[in-house]
Amino acid sequence: MCLGVPGQVVAVDRDRNTATVDFWGVKKEVRLEVCDVPVAPGDYILNHVGFAIRRIPPDEAIETLALYDELLRLADDQDLITQDIRSEIDAAPYAAPSAREAYDASE
Amino acid sequence: MLPNDALAQLKFRDPVRARALRDALERLVSRADHAPVSVMHVCGSHEQAIAKFGLRAAFPADLRVIMGPGCPVCVTDVPEVDEAVALAKQGVRIASYGDMLRVPGTSQSLADAKADGAHVDVVYSVTQAVDLARDTDEELVFFASGFETTAVATAAVLVDDPPDNFSVLSAHKYIPPVMEIVAEMPETKIEGFLAAGHAATITGSAVFEKFVERHRLPVVVAGFEPLDVLAGLVRLLELINAGEAKVENAYPRCVTREGNAHAQELLWRVFRPTGGRWRGIAHVPNGNLRLRDEFARYDTRKRFTIDASALWSYAPPKLVQQCQCGDIMAGIASPSDCSLFGKECTPDTPVGACMVSAEGTCRIWHQYGGHPDLSSMKRGVA
Repeated sequence: MCLGVPGQVVAVDRDRNTATVDFWGVKKEVRLEVCDVPVAPGDYILNHVGFAIRRIPPDEAIETLALYDELLRLADDQDLITQDIRSEIDAAPYAAPSAREAYDASE
Repeated sequence: MLPNDALAQLKFRDPVRARALRDALERLVSRADHAPVSVMHVCGSHEQAIAKFGLRAAFPADLRVIMGPGCPVCVTDVPEVDEAVALAKQGVRIASYGDMLRVPGTSQSLADAKADGAHVDVVYSVTQAVDLARDTDEELVFFASGFETTAVATAAVLVDDPPDNFSVLSAHKYIPPVMEIVAEMPETKIEGFLAAGHAATITGSAVFEKFVERHRLPVVVAGFEPLDVLAGLVRLLELINAGEAKVENAYPRCVTREGNAHAQELLWRVFRPTGGRWRGIAHVPNGNLRLRDEFARYDTRKRFTIDASALWSYAPPKLVQQCQCGDIMAGIASPSDCSLFGKECTPDTPVGACMVSAEGTCRIWHQYGGHPDLSSMKRGVA
């Protein structure tokens, strides 16, 4: 539970103080009130139990994502690190599809 | 000797750098004026990386890298579990992180209570617990575990006007004070600490400065990738050899000296540190995080009269008395020193908390092996 999982911000809802964040193609809604700097689409954040705890530099995110990517691809369901990564992603609810995505889906 | 072979198998994306770091470790340990050199990390995710990637097999023989009390679920003390179990058996609905369900209390765990008909929900986040409370009129207690990183999330929810039927039974813990306790234990002979990178994104590396001053032991903040762990250890060994007691940040990509000040403000607005027992370790002054009086109406302990005495009339299971979790978390024993490990005590039938949690030393060693059999890695296990 000390693990944070990086994801990329695709949209920010300023009113609700949440961001839609992409984790391996899965879009989740992450709360922003713990993060100490504003985030914008394209930024990477570290998600812990459904909260962005830090905005992180893209090179850090990409490096960590590559490792996790390998783990998720190679490891079985019993693997502890993989379980931790999955539960960190499960901690955030699915993001409501944006109007644009709904439009794309209907095409 | 297996190191070079082993490292090649480790799925490092940069085996050359890994080998260079490994060689540096070997050199530093051989130059130390004593042997073995013992260092401690305090994070389940560090142990997962060390065990999964077989790092311990690649460490120099005279380097002991010990996992300390780095598993928040494991150090949740028996009376804290009893409080949750007693409430559940009183008919109060409980939500908690999954690992907490099987942590043994005096005579029962939350999972036992659930099997007896109590209403216990597993959640992945405190937000999900609040959502459960919003969907019902009944009382919903969130049995909260985790170190400061996770406590910040609980704090954020409590300042966000949760529903009246929501309350928090806090078993949150604060890591810096327990490092003081372990550093003072004469049996452990710890010469330096590796601190957890993601927790330090919030607290900042400065949180360890007072510790270093008081104990004259170096602390290096390190990330979780195998190369980060190796690089952190190299820096720590350099400081130990030079006799330099200071805090170093070997994870500057994510961690600053000050940390996330906003998150710290949130944490301390909601929680106050107070002394309490950590399972198997000791009484830890300022090691427990409890709700401040301003948040009393969300404090389960203020809201309910919790009577756990009924749980004490049963004798604890016999095997528990042989469990060595406490010594293992204090760095005095290894899982393989315990006669129950892998026999009576397995992930399916855990006797102690260290076998329950995915961050527990015993659970991790059982999964990956403490000194993994590297022949299995050659068969392509990640």
